Amino acid sequence: MIEAHGLTKHYGKTLAVDSLSFEVRPGQVTGFLGPNGSGKSTTMRMIMGLDRPDAGEARINGRPYRDLPWPLHEVGALLEAKAIHPGRSAFNHLWMLAQTHGIGRRRVDEVLELVGLAEVAGRRAGKFSLGMGQRLGIAAALLGDPAVLLFDEPVNGLDPEGILWVRTLLRHLAGEGRTVFVSSHLMSEMALTADHVVVIGRGRLIADRPVAELVADRSRQFVRVRTPEPQRLVPLLESAGGQVDPGTDGALTVTGLGAEAIGDLAGEHGVRLHELTPLQASLEEAFMDLTRDSVEFGARQEAGPAATVPSAPGPGAAR
Amino acid sequence: MSAGAAAIGTARLPGGHYGPLGQLRSEWTKMRTVRSTIWALVATVVAVIGIGALATAVTAAHWRSGGIVDRVNFDPTARSLAGLFLGQIVIGVLGVLVMSAEYGTGTIRATLSAVPNRPLVLACKTAVFALVALVASEVLTFGAFFLGQALLRGSTPYATLGQPGVLRAVVGAGLVLTVLGLFALGLATIIRHTAGALTAYVGLLLVLPLIIQAFPQSFQHSVMKFMPLVIGERMAATRATTHAFGGIPLLSPWVGFALLCVYSAAVLVIGGILMVRRDA
Ligand SMILES: Nc1ncnc2c1ncn2[C@@H]1O[C@H](COP(=O)(O)OP(=O)(O)OP(=O)(O)O)[C@@H](O)[C@H]1O
Ligand SMILES: [Mg+2]
Repeated sequence: MIEAHGLTKHYGKTLAVDSLSFEVRPGQVTGFLGPNGSGKSTTMRMIMGLDRPDAGEARINGRPYRDLPWPLHEVGALLEAKAIHPGRSAFNHLWMLAQTHGIGRRRVDEVLELVGLAEVAGRRAGKFSLGMGQRLGIAAALLGDPAVLLFDEPVNGLDPEGILWVRTLLRHLAGEGRTVFVSSHLMSEMALTADHVVVIGRGRLIADRPVAELVADRSRQFVRVRTPEPQRLVPLLESAGGQVDPGTDGALTVTGLGAEAIGDLAGEHGVRLHELTPLQASLEEAFMDLTRDSVEFGARQEAGPAATVPSAPGPGAAR
Repeated sequence: MSAGAAAIGTARLPGGHYGPLGQLRSEWTKMRTVRSTIWALVATVVAVIGIGALATAVTAAHWRSGGIVDRVNFDPTARSLAGLFLGQIVIGVLGVLVMSAEYGTGTIRATLSAVPNRPLVLACKTAVFALVALVASEVLTFGAFFLGQALLRGSTPYATLGQPGVLRAVVGAGLVLTVLGLFALGLATIIRHTAGALTAYVGLLLVLPLIIQAFPQSFQHSVMKFMPLVIGERMAATRATTHAFGGIPLLSPWVGFALLCVYSAAVLVIGGILMVRRDA
């Protein structure tokens, strides 16, 4: 269990994290989403007791990090920047951490095996590829068999096989009842991995909700309509409660009304339709919508969802 | 939350608390598992023993052609410890690297994630470094002394440990090396960058005395005795001759050494306070 209460952090004049509060629960993967520079890594460093918040506090299993009696047995973390001496072997990196907690060599070998680095345990970490470095970081996080795990962009720089491996590992760890908190700036990645997401922008909390809810969100669904008589159809749709955006290509984008309702309405009033396509914004667009205000301050685009995908195969098509 | 959730973590936690013993082991592992430590130690051997041997061999070869004043004031102990000068720099590099490498490579974040008690981390790192530096320094100063005296014997007067001030000079030179290494470690804790910390160390050790030399003699005479370099040279000499020290007033060897300890303690304490306050 991780709790953040009003976490705030300035770097000089930059407000990196702004009164951020959330909880990360055990037994599920919680995604931590936000555009570049939104404060994800800073928040994770504050949880780990590495950066000191200007205000607020973070707790792990009810205690501030510095009060944990055996930190490695309670929390494991893979942070953004590599935390490994390039001249030290993978084994020795883990061994020096293990010694602080009286963890035996067997456990070190075990986690090296688990992340697939047993063969190269004696090699200097500086010679490792990006993916191997990530695996070593993950091994360090798992060393003390902790109930709480933090991963800052764990799939960064990994090949598809590596990404799949991390995704499976995260799901597995959550399945064992652990608290898994993983940051990403890709909503699509989180849709596959996470059960819950905490979304931030400019250091502020934007959303804290289950992924399933986000996927099924009706506001992401809309209908593309083409008609030779838009001047007649638009008022009809609006009086029926729909919002209409005139697209650039002459098509209307309608939200708030289903395709059936639009078709029926047009039929009743004898308005001809040339196209009636139910569509769904991708999760990535939903994410961009959520964070738009925080990215481009004040420059909110009034157009509806821009790029579109057909809704039929999408996970949220059924209503 | 599954039934297993509660079992993971809290249930298996051992009693007690992480502590100094594990951290000391960890710091020792960190120190012995990077090449830079080994190289810096090798360089210290070359500096202290190699230069001591060179200096004594040259003295032995040119003894007959030397002046009477040089012969009268000759301090065979100090001559065999001539490598102290370069040794100070090399042990400073080691002291700096032990700390700055943690910051430079980001290992400090792994270290502090395992042991969030920062003063404990600094204390254990300092203790392990001090022990390694002390053993190495004493072995080297004694080695340089015995080798140097063997090279002098037959051609020039030579020293034995029983003569006045000799044992103090040899033991003390090793202690000075150790404490200067700790001074460098403290500077690196404050500055956190290898290049910056090395510059500060060399600046305080070597450049500051040069700057002082540009001032009037009265000023030189009042402050030169507090310079680490001068304290070290005085320690390695059996007698404070005008011949060797150019007539500047000197602190007695152990008073100078105590002052050196104060310098090192001060930078380590400041480093510790900053370490606690700053983001890692
Ligand atoms: N150590 C630091 N010193 C100064 N500014 C910092 C520091 N760390 C972060 N910042 C600033 O704080 C803000 C948040 O950065 P942070 O790295 O936490 O974002 P992030 O969400 O992890 O971004 P990314 O997706 O790019 O990793 C940024 O404006 C960044 O420039
Ligand atoms: Mg980041």
